[in-house]
Amino acid sequence: MQQRSDTFLDNASAALKNPGQAQRLDMIALFAPLLRTAAIAGFADFDRLRHHVKQVRQHSLDHLEYYLGQFEQEAVHNGNHVHFARDGDELNSIVLDICQQHNARRIAKGKSMVTEETSLNSFLQRAGLNVMETDLGEYIIQQAGETPSHIVGPALHKSAGEIRELFQQKHDLGPRDLPETSDLVGEARQVLREHFLKAEVGIIGANALIAENGYSMLVTNEGNGDLCANLPRVLIVCTTIDRVLPRAQDATAMLRLLVRSATGQSQTCYTSFYSGPRRDGDSDGPLETHFVLLDNQRSDILAGDYREILECIRCGACLNHCPIYTAVGGHAYGWVYQGPMGSVLTPLLTSLEQSHQLPNACTGCGRCAEVCPADIPLPDLLRDLRHEETRKKLAAPRWRYGLQLHAWLARHPPLYHRLTGAIIPLLHLLGRKRGSFSRLPFAGGWTSQRDFPAPQEKTFMQLYQARMRPRDEH
Amino acid sequence: MNEQHREQSPLPQGMRVALFVTCLADLFRPSVAFASIKLLQQAGCEVTVPLLQTCCGQPAYNSGDYGSTVPLARQVITLLETADYVVVPSGSCAGMICHHYPKLLEGVWRDRALQLAAKTFELTVFLKDIARIEPQGTKQSGYPAVTYHDGCAGLRELGIREQPRQLLRDLCGIEVSELQQGEVCCGFGGTFCARMPEISGKMVGDKLDHALATGARILAGGDLGCLLNIAGRAQRQGAAIEVRHIAELLCGDLDIPAIGQGR
Repeated sequence: MQQRSDTFLDNASAALKNPGQAQRLDMIALFAPLLRTAAIAGFADFDRLRHHVKQVRQHSLDHLEYYLGQFEQEAVHNGNHVHFARDGDELNSIVLDICQQHNARRIAKGKSMVTEETSLNSFLQRAGLNVMETDLGEYIIQQAGETPSHIVGPALHKSAGEIRELFQQKHDLGPRDLPETSDLVGEARQVLREHFLKAEVGIIGANALIAENGYSMLVTNEGNGDLCANLPRVLIVCTTIDRVLPRAQDATAMLRLLVRSATGQSQTCYTSFYSGPRRDGDSDGPLETHFVLLDNQRSDILAGDYREILECIRCGACLNHCPIYTAVGGHAYGWVYQGPMGSVLTPLLTSLEQSHQLPNACTGCGRCAEVCPADIPLPDLLRDLRHEETRKKLAAPRWRYGLQLHAWLARHPPLYHRLTGAIIPLLHLLGRKRGSFSRLPFAGGWTSQRDFPAPQEKTFMQLYQARMRPRDEH
Repeated sequence: MNEQHREQSPLPQGMRVALFVTCLADLFRPSVAFASIKLLQQAGCEVTVPLLQTCCGQPAYNSGDYGSTVPLARQVITLLETADYVVVPSGSCAGMICHHYPKLLEGVWRDRALQLAAKTFELTVFLKDIARIEPQGTKQSGYPAVTYHDGCAGLRELGIREQPRQLLRDLCGIEVSELQQGEVCCGFGGTFCARMPEISGKMVGDKLDHALATGARILAGGDLGCLLNIAGRAQRQGAAIEVRHIAELLCGDLDIPAIGQGR
């Protein structure tokens, strides 16, 4: 995907001027936390399960090579082909090769952020394949030529009206005008059904890989993943190496956290386990199945200071609870992943140079870490990325030098107190009548949005020493 | 009144409490620090104010300049560690000392940071949970409706939620009119508000709308960063709401102009 993270501030500014989108984002900010809270309140011991799954995830990542080996062995034993891809290009080529071996022309595709990461769709389309997204949200944004704005709800930025206009443009509707939302869903279903029946290859993602039996697990609410997996002759599961878990019970434990955190449901409509190709006597299922497991920097992340981000289970709770995400929406982040998890992942998977604004899109409010079912210290990781930004001198010089100067002054208390003792009374005199400044030199960012409150008559230190005659010896 | 509190207080006599004023109170709102001293003295504490204090280092730390923060953190530890207790009228500065100094520092400095963290408290937590200030017989009356903004660091790093509400109830007879989406950040975020002003503006605008929707005449809070942000926005919009630090309310200092308001 073409990255636009370097223009985050401009993207955000444009998004803030879109009243329709702002209204929908306000709804997410209001309702998603309520749904999640209700789902968790109805679950006995969420925090203990969270702790347990965290330990399991850490254990699987500590022994990633072992469990990947076990997964490969079991999956091959079940009749699957297992491929490892170092980067996005390699994944794309492997997938294209499989499609070409089967003379496939039509691909039915389930939702997969990993293939967004590798831009698989456009790669296959350039090779002449007809790729259709079958998750409703993904289908909508594919028709619109857009990218996902939310890892769980890719088309959350679109209103029903916009989707209706889109279908009127792209579909041959004749006299039908699709007045209800259910008509829109029905229309998409009709188009997708035909494609499911004709597609030669299905491509899906995975929420987990299970080492002990070589299965992959996928949750959906639409059932499109199962149709992609079972109707075409060939199935390709694309995911990343960090999805592997030791046991089936680990995957289901994670599932309890995932679904409640993502949508506030206790369970998604469909939870599927894919074992491999059709066996003798099976009435349906693909004839050939492949796993393509992508690394794309994960091994490097695993060996570095940000490895906890690999424990992310892609629920989207940190997006829904992030006041920055719900102010500007997902497209502002300019790449595949959004919100707090995206602001950590994007610099690691692309480069800090082109995305260093993202870790700054954080007030450190800590709500993401509070709701994260994987217990990832997202604010700490974001601050550490800002530390790297500082070390690499990527932030604007006025910020770097300004903060250094402030810290230096703060380390020289007598000088600091003399200086602030000279400035503050002056500011007070200038602002005392109105009580605040509508404009102030060096505070343009602040005063563009709010007044700058004027200080009281002197600094505390001046007043205290004058009034209290302190007994302190410091 | 003072004597009575001293008798009720579980604190041993002569317990020395060092006040960490915070740089924002020092520069913009000394009345918050004076109110804090008064409240602590009422609770039976001997309050000292180490004079060489400046800033806890959050601006540099939150911006990722750990190199500038480390010596500042050591300076604060050295200055405060001899006190029996350290009290801070700010959740985010208290959170910095309690949670972030130990993360930032290593070796013997980490141990000293942990020792300081163990005796450092945000003002309302100290008054309610440590000094256990008791309800006053005669409640001050005549307060207009008050809403309360929970600063994020206080709320999530230190678990402060009930203490300020209980103090307002016990000392002033105030029942807080709660904000909708009260757990959402006000958009201050230290340098965030100046580096990403438009996003911050949207956030503080929402916060102010929610505050006005409560019908409260006063928005109180425990963190001057948030309060300067919200007060500045209220002034910009000409909104009829006063923004004040909880310490001032608890002391009954309502004759001082509210934050951002003129005489």
